[in-house]
Amino acid sequence: MLRFIIRRIIVIVPMLFIVISLTWALVRLAPGTFYSGEKKLAPGVEKNLREKYGLDQPWYVQYGKVLRNIARFDFGNSLKYEGQSVNQILLRGLPVSAALGLSAYLLALLVGLTTGTLSALKQNSWIDYASMSLSMLGISVPNFILGPLLVLLFSLTLFWFPPALWDGFPSRSLVLPAITLSAIYIAYIARLTRSGMLEVMRSDYIRTARAKGLSETQVVIRHALRGGLLPVVSFSGPALAFLITGTVVVEKVFALPGLGNYFINACFNRDEPLIIGIVAFISIAVLVFNLLVDIAYGFIDPRIRYT
Amino acid sequence: MMSGNSNGNVITVKDLRTYFETEDGTVKAVDGISFEVKQGETLGIVGESGSGKSVANLSLMRLIPNPPGKIVSGSVLFHGRDILKLSAREIRELRGKRLAMIFQDPMTSLNPFMRVSRQLMEVTQLHLGHTKEQARAHAIKMLEQVGIPDAADRIDSYPHEFSGGMRQRVMIAMALSCQPELLIADEPTTALDVTIQAQILELIKHLKAETGASVVLITHDLGVVAGMTDHVIVMYAGKIFEQAPTAELFQQPGNPYTRGLLRSVPDPMAEHGKLYQIPGQPPDLARLPPGCPFAPRCERAEEICTREFPPFVELTRDHHSLCHFAAEVYAETANG
Repeated sequence: MLRFIIRRIIVIVPMLFIVISLTWALVRLAPGTFYSGEKKLAPGVEKNLREKYGLDQPWYVQYGKVLRNIARFDFGNSLKYEGQSVNQILLRGLPVSAALGLSAYLLALLVGLTTGTLSALKQNSWIDYASMSLSMLGISVPNFILGPLLVLLFSLTLFWFPPALWDGFPSRSLVLPAITLSAIYIAYIARLTRSGMLEVMRSDYIRTARAKGLSETQVVIRHALRGGLLPVVSFSGPALAFLITGTVVVEKVFALPGLGNYFINACFNRDEPLIIGIVAFISIAVLVFNLLVDIAYGFIDPRIRYT
Repeated sequence: MMSGNSNGNVITVKDLRTYFETEDGTVKAVDGISFEVKQGETLGIVGESGSGKSVANLSLMRLIPNPPGKIVSGSVLFHGRDILKLSAREIRELRGKRLAMIFQDPMTSLNPFMRVSRQLMEVTQLHLGHTKEQARAHAIKMLEQVGIPDAADRIDSYPHEFSGGMRQRVMIAMALSCQPELLIADEPTTALDVTIQAQILELIKHLKAETGASVVLITHDLGVVAGMTDHVIVMYAGKIFEQAPTAELFQQPGNPYTRGLLRSVPDPMAEHGKLYQIPGQPPDLARLPPGCPFAPRCERAEEICTREFPPFVELTRDHHSLCHFAAEVYAETANG
C-alpha cells in the first residue's frame, strides 16, 4: 500500500512536466505578448521590457527558468498585477473557488445519489422517468445558459438571490452559482448511480440477501449501496478536483473572484507566470484526487490489492 | 412446529404458474406444477436449463423478480399456510429462518464487499435475536459444522479469500444457521470441481440427517439425484413430465424424455460408441406448440403428439407421467 502510494506520487512528476511544457509552448506559440496593446510601443521601450523580463534570451534558457521556478513551487510574479506573486493570487482565488466548488460538489452528491438510487429502485416508474429526463437536460444545457437563466428568474424577477456578488462562505450569494455549477454533475452522478445500482440489484448476492429474510431497506443499505456506488466513486474524485480549482464559466458569469476568473483574465492578458501557475495547481489537484480515489477503492472493495 | 392439516407435508405445491412478461410475449416458465415434500424427505427436481426448475423454487420463496416475473396462480402450502398469500413481512420471517436456499454459483452468491462473519451473523441476529457475541459464536459453530478448518480464524475473511468449495460450505452454513425446515439447494454443485461436488453432496446429506430438514435438490445431473433423493420430478418446458420415487424412476421410467435423460448419462462400462444425446433444443417457452412440448425431439412421437396436449397419466399410486404413451413406455422399460 505505502509502496503503491509512493510510486503514484513519483509518477506525478513527469505528468506535471508534460502539462507545464505543453502549456508553456502553447502560450509562447500564440501571437502577441503581455505588453502588446492598442498603441504601438516605442522601439526602445519594447527593448527594455524584453530585457527586464528575460525575453531576449534564447527559448531554452527561458524554459529552463520556468521549470526551475516550478520545482521550488515559486511561479514568479504576475506580469499584469504589478508586485504580486502568482502564489499570492493563487491563495486569494482558491478560497473563493473552493467554497463554490465544495458547495456544488456536496449538492451534486446529495441530489445525484438520492435521485439515482430512487430511480434504480423504482425502475420504469414516473420517478425514474422524471429524474432521468431531468438529468438528460442537465447534461445537455451548458452552464453559460443555465446560469443567466437562473439569474433572470431568481435575481432579476423574484429578487431572491443576488445576481453577482462574492459574500464569503456560506452565503446566499453562493446559491445560484453552486446550482449552476452542480447541474451537470448532479446529472452524471444520478445516471452513474442508477446504472450501478440497477446492476447490483440484479446480482446473485442481492438474491441471497433477500433469501435471508432481510427487508428491502436492509438489502439496499447493507448489501447493495457499496457495490452500486463504486462507479460514482471513480467519477467523484476528479470531479472534486475540477470543481474546487475554479470553474472558468460560472465564476465569470457570477463575477466571483476565484481561480477560474483569474485564469481567464490571465489568458487574455498573456500573463504567462499566472497561466502556468494555475495550470500547474489544477494539474496537481487532479492527480492527487485521482490517487485518493484509487486509495479509497481499496477500502471499499476488499478484493483490490495494491502492489 | 407442525400444524394439523398438512398431512406430514412440509410443503405442498398446487398448480403453480409463474410467467415472465418479455418483449417476445409471455414466457410460461412454470406452468401448472404440483408436488409435495414430506417431512424429512429429499425431493430431486431434474431438468435441462430453461425447464423452469429454478423458477419453480424461487417461486416457493417468493424471490421471483417482479417485473418481469409474476406468480400467476396456484398455492404453496407451508405447513398448511399459503406462502403466496402472505404479506411481504410474513414471508420475510420465513425466509432464511424456516425456508432456506443455497444457490448455484458460490462465487457470486456471497457479497464480495462484506466479511463472511457479518454475512453469517446477520441471519441469526435477524431471526433468532442473537446479540453480536452470540451470533459470532453461532457462526463459528456453523462454519465448523460444515467443515471449514480454523473457523474462528477464518471467519473474518472476505469471500474471495475462500476457494469455490469453501464458499459453498459458507453458503450452506448460512442457510442452515436457523435450522430451517426446508432447504432448497439450487444446483449446489454445478459450479464446483467433481471431487468437491461429492464432498458438498455428502455434507448436505449429513446435515440433513442431523437436523431433520427436508431438502429440495435441483439439478440437471441425474447422477446427483440417484444417491441423494427419495422422490424425483422431471421437468421440461415448465411442466412436470414425470414424477416418481427415485429408485422406480431409474428402473422403470414412464416417459420418453426421462428415458432420453437416463440414456444421456455416460456409461463408464461401455468401452466404445457414441455418447447419446437427445436431439434438438428445448422449445421457446414464449411460443409453445399446441401439442406435447417435447414432441419435436421425441423418438416415440406420433401424429397425436403434435396435435394434442398429453395427459398426466397415473402409472402407479405415486408414479405419474405426462405422455400420450405413458403406459406403453412404462411397460417397455419394465423389461429392461
